[in-house]
Amino acid sequence: MLVNSVRSALRFSRRWRPCAGATPPAFIAILLQGCSGAQNSLDPASRSAALIANLWWGMLVIGTVIMIGVLIALFIGLGRGWGGTERPLSSRGSFLLVVAGGVVTPMLVIMAMVIVGVSVGREIATRPQSGPIVEVIGRLWWWELRYLDGDGEVIATTANEMHIPVGQPVRLRLTSENVIHSFWAPQLQGKTDLIPGQVNESWIEAERAGVYRGQCSEYCGVQHALMSFIVVAEPLEEFERWLSLQAEPATEPSSDETRRGQQVFLEQGCAGCHTIRSVSEVGEIGPDLTHLAGRRTLAAATVPNTKGHLGGWISDPQRIKPGNKMPSTVMEPADLQALLAFLGSLE
Amino acid sequence: MSVIEPPRQGEIVTRTPEELDRLSSTWESPGGLIGWFMPVNQRVIGRRFVLTAFVFFFLAGALAVLMRIQLMRPENDFLSPDLYNQFFTVHGTAMMFLFAIPVMEGIAIYIVPMMVGTRDMAFPRLNAFGYYVYLIGGAVFFGSLLFNIAPAAGWFNYVPLAGIEYSPGLGVGIWTTMITFIEVSALTAAVELIVTILKLRAPGMSLNRMPLFVWSALVTAFMIVFAMPAIIAASSLLVMDRQIGTHIFTPETGGQPLLWQHLFWFFGHPEVYIILMPALGIISTIIPVFTQRPIFGYTALVLSLVATGFIGFGLWVHHMFATGLPQLGMSFFMAASAMIAIPQGIQVFCWIASMWGARMRFDTPLLYVLGFFVIFVVGGISGVMVAVIPFDLQVHDTFFLVAHFHYVLIGGAVFPLIGGMYYWYPKMFGRMMDERLGKISFWLAFIGFNVTFFPMHQLGLQGMPRRIYTYLEELGWGDLNLLATMGSFILAAGFLLSLFNALWSLWRGAPAGEDPWGSPTLEWATPSPPPNYNHAHIPIVSGRYPLWDRRGEESSPVVVGLRDDRREVLVTTVLDAEPHAVAVMPAPTIWPFISAVAASTGFLGILYHPSFFLVGFFGAAATFTMWFWPRRPWRDD
Repeated sequence: MLVNSVRSALRFSRRWRPCAGATPPAFIAILLQGCSGAQNSLDPASRSAALIANLWWGMLVIGTVIMIGVLIALFIGLGRGWGGTERPLSSRGSFLLVVAGGVVTPMLVIMAMVIVGVSVGREIATRPQSGPIVEVIGRLWWWELRYLDGDGEVIATTANEMHIPVGQPVRLRLTSENVIHSFWAPQLQGKTDLIPGQVNESWIEAERAGVYRGQCSEYCGVQHALMSFIVVAEPLEEFERWLSLQAEPATEPSSDETRRGQQVFLEQGCAGCHTIRSVSEVGEIGPDLTHLAGRRTLAAATVPNTKGHLGGWISDPQRIKPGNKMPSTVMEPADLQALLAFLGSLE
Repeated sequence: MSVIEPPRQGEIVTRTPEELDRLSSTWESPGGLIGWFMPVNQRVIGRRFVLTAFVFFFLAGALAVLMRIQLMRPENDFLSPDLYNQFFTVHGTAMMFLFAIPVMEGIAIYIVPMMVGTRDMAFPRLNAFGYYVYLIGGAVFFGSLLFNIAPAAGWFNYVPLAGIEYSPGLGVGIWTTMITFIEVSALTAAVELIVTILKLRAPGMSLNRMPLFVWSALVTAFMIVFAMPAIIAASSLLVMDRQIGTHIFTPETGGQPLLWQHLFWFFGHPEVYIILMPALGIISTIIPVFTQRPIFGYTALVLSLVATGFIGFGLWVHHMFATGLPQLGMSFFMAASAMIAIPQGIQVFCWIASMWGARMRFDTPLLYVLGFFVIFVVGGISGVMVAVIPFDLQVHDTFFLVAHFHYVLIGGAVFPLIGGMYYWYPKMFGRMMDERLGKISFWLAFIGFNVTFFPMHQLGLQGMPRRIYTYLEELGWGDLNLLATMGSFILAAGFLLSLFNALWSLWRGAPAGEDPWGSPTLEWATPSPPPNYNHAHIPIVSGRYPLWDRRGEESSPVVVGLRDDRREVLVTTVLDAEPHAVAVMPAPTIWPFISAVAASTGFLGILYHPSFFLVGFFGAAATFTMWFWPRRPWRDD
């Protein structure tokens, strides 16, 4: 594990690196915990996740003690008969062994675990009464995110990248229009399923700024594996600036090339699935691309949002995520360049 | 009804060779190609169940190794996502439905009648029917993989993903119909085991003298009877949703996806204990043999089995903690789930007390049992952990869970099962399995198992969900996955070595004799492999360890007066096993096989057209009629 952490910290990945924790002090802190990673439930960034991580460490200690206890009993028992003489326990001794090991110990452990479990469970299940509301809709195989105001009206729609203010709870309303998914950002909160026909509620709150990764954790079909998202926790002002930008329609193309790119977007059929507010608003199958250029990743947090990856994704999406709903689009190189320029202008 | 003569003390009752020949030919199974489809004897059927189940075990195990190769490094493209999804669906389904239940039932079918001292199961033809149903259903299900149309919705097949809209094609259809079909086989075996155990025990084998393996088979059978209908109902509803457009599970039209989860797990959780329970029985069988003294806490062990059977039905919601059910209700299931640790703890410590200070023979069967202790306790502890709701919300549907249930199922069920195979192999085939190969295979399997599955705990905590065909490099899961894959090769080598050992020993193993281990139970009181009629005389039992009780005595009391020219068995009372009737068992026939074919035509045909329901229904009705055609056995002779 240690070697692994060092290696992955030193290696400059060709992919986007989600974790800001590679700076030396944070990195050492993570090493001391023995684990690292932007999707690691043992590297909590919220009170809920920290409570659960502590619960785990506590249970690990108790579990290890029990395991060692059982093995010691087993080895002593076997060892007493070693060497050829029968030395069985008296029936009273056996009875006491069974009562102590098989009844009293598990009973105490269970009681402790249930009490702690219920109290931790109550704490993480107590939903905040204020804070931004995000509607999370599971799609095949990406996440639609709608920021709602107090009346339930949609402020802004985006995909796969949730921004939240640091230190403020964010309420989540989780649902699906197709199959069951599960929303899970391990550093922030336990998972909650997205079930068609019902709206589940959950909440997240990040205690420190950073980028946290999450992933669908209920098997949902062929691209379940690459249905990820990121949560960007940032200071309140930045979050508000981001949100008001997301609420805007798309920027008008300002150069010839971007204007041509917009034409390509409409002519190549992209608009059949994708919405760009102020350009075309009929597409519903793929993510809203109104502010695509501002996002850090593509294809549900699978590849970084660079021009090269975007071009590769548009030309052959089935290579990056086989089986996903986006068809390959064959177009003239000049058209592709124009389209990339246009999409790149959608800040 | 024949009159049963009371045993006379000291009189030695022996059979003349002619009598034995007559008895043997009465209970003989027909030979030849057509004869292959006719036998009804419990040992023939039981052996077929076990062998078929192991074929599925190795096939599904091969799929697991292929999946491990795919996950060996990040962004591997060894398997396509669709194929990977088919593989884990078939792996899980086959291990649960085509291997675990049938192999346990097969062993019970083979061993229980001999252990309770009778000559066959209570309903021999139903037994045969159950086997063919299982064989056809399993072969069709696994065969779908060859045509690349296997289901890919996971072994618990959640709707709406398993609905016709998101899983078009035949895959899930095959899953639903074949699973329903195979459950019929499980139910027939369960009903038979219950009646056999309660009514066909040797005189004197009252309930409190029944071997613990028989107890575990009895509890298992009752659990099957109560659990299986839920999955049969659920998959029938899903078939209707898919084939004739009912909308029971579709939310758009008022259906309820969570209904599937409730029905599935109401079956699915007891299923785990259905698999575990016979393994616990095997452990309670092996330990006294290798310590050569009675087990400690017989009553506690029986009560633990029964308690597990009951509690097992009150836990299903712990598979659904993330679905948004009310907190208070879930807390009940959390407490109930953790409670299962008590009967399990009692059993583990009863076994430790039984082995305490004993002079033991560390032969392969016992090694596998000791391996169970290590692995199963780890799985039990992680089981209590995942019962705690907040923790479960983190690790549910991650590799932590994959680690947990493989610890429980492989450690809890497969290790004792293989130990049991080493233990009963001499009885089944008349030869010993090789000890040296057995020990090597144990160590390979034990080390390989832990190297494969222990790192998965950490992978789950690091955020790796289950059922993903690949993962990105920067998540840092590569090294542990590589380790797990290496472990899976060692584990596979261990199991394959046991397979090789079994095949090799068929013709090179040392002859076993009647009772190579010094066992206390009745199946060892007859030659190995046993003759067609199991026991020359139905024995009379006066204690929990009949073969030990009669050590040093020249003869043992037996039942006389049963005819040897037709298939007669002794029926005894439920509690005290007092003789009270003689039943005549039916002879071999081909009709159960034809009924199974007719029923499977109906089940499979439904996938193409609903009218096949009628074909299956009337076909089965007609063949059942032939099957039950009275043969007036009391006039034949």
